[in-house]
Amino acid sequence: MVFVSSHVFAFLFPLIFAASVANRLWYALPLIVSISLVYAATRHELMRPIVEHAVRFSLWIVGFMIGVFIFLTVISALV
Amino acid sequence: MSTLVRSPDPEYPVEIDLRNRTLAAIWAWLWPGAGHIYQRRYAKGILFMVCILGTFFFGFGMGGWRVVYASFRRPDLRLPYVCQVAVGLPALPALLERQRALSDPPKPPLFGSPEAFQAGEVADSIFRPPFDSRHAYLEQGYDKAAEWHDRLKGRFDIGTLYTMIAGLLNVLAIYDAYAGPAFILPGKEHSPKDDKKE
Repeated sequence: MVFVSSHVFAFLFPLIFAASVANRLWYALPLIVSISLVYAATRHELMRPIVEHAVRFSLWIVGFMIGVFIFLTVISALV
Repeated sequence: MSTLVRSPDPEYPVEIDLRNRTLAAIWAWLWPGAGHIYQRRYAKGILFMVCILGTFFFGFGMGGWRVVYASFRRPDLRLPYVCQVAVGLPALPALLERQRALSDPPKPPLFGSPEAFQAGEVADSIFRPPFDSRHAYLEQGYDKAAEWHDRLKGRFDIGTLYTMIAGLLNVLAIYDAYAGPAFILPGKEHSPKDDKKE
């Protein structure tokens, strides 16, 4: 559990930091929560695996967003 | 009529009775989560209801209650409504309001104040499209959609996005009510490192 929460914090911190800088990023957070929970619920029946899957999936989404952020930052720095 | 689905995961064994799954899918479309509650899958039903309806109404409210309306003609071909209507009943009044707006003469809006409508302008109310049979879309002086965008700024688009995503999420929930969860088979979800070890 401690392992999962430290990873959640490590992934979410850049997003929260970025969101505090750019207000519009806050709009992504409810969507990430909702999408990961609904998607995970379509892959499992019981609550425990649903929540575990939702946490993993939300980390994937945040990771993907950070990847796109880094890619766009690099592109804008190069051009 | 009822269909039984079993989880292939030995860690979380579960057997689900989908009851009449066609009826469950219809319920799931009409009201997110209702299909699961009909199947006595209460926890998932409540989860779908809270997440999908929460997303829908949060976006709807953020968009000033103007982002869900039906229009199937150019230039305001409202394609987001195709996604929004997947939420079911909460988006269906838009079809009724469209019919009322396009009837000749147009009928007053079902919801909200009819003052603007009675003054001869396009009604500015929930579910109502930004035009009616008296005023074509983009007619000079009656560009209601541009007025909404100007008033709500980016929230109109973000609200539209939220309501669209809610509709698309309900498509997943409808499938889940009809066919059960798309279970992950044991051993299917492992990292590429595991493959190398094998």
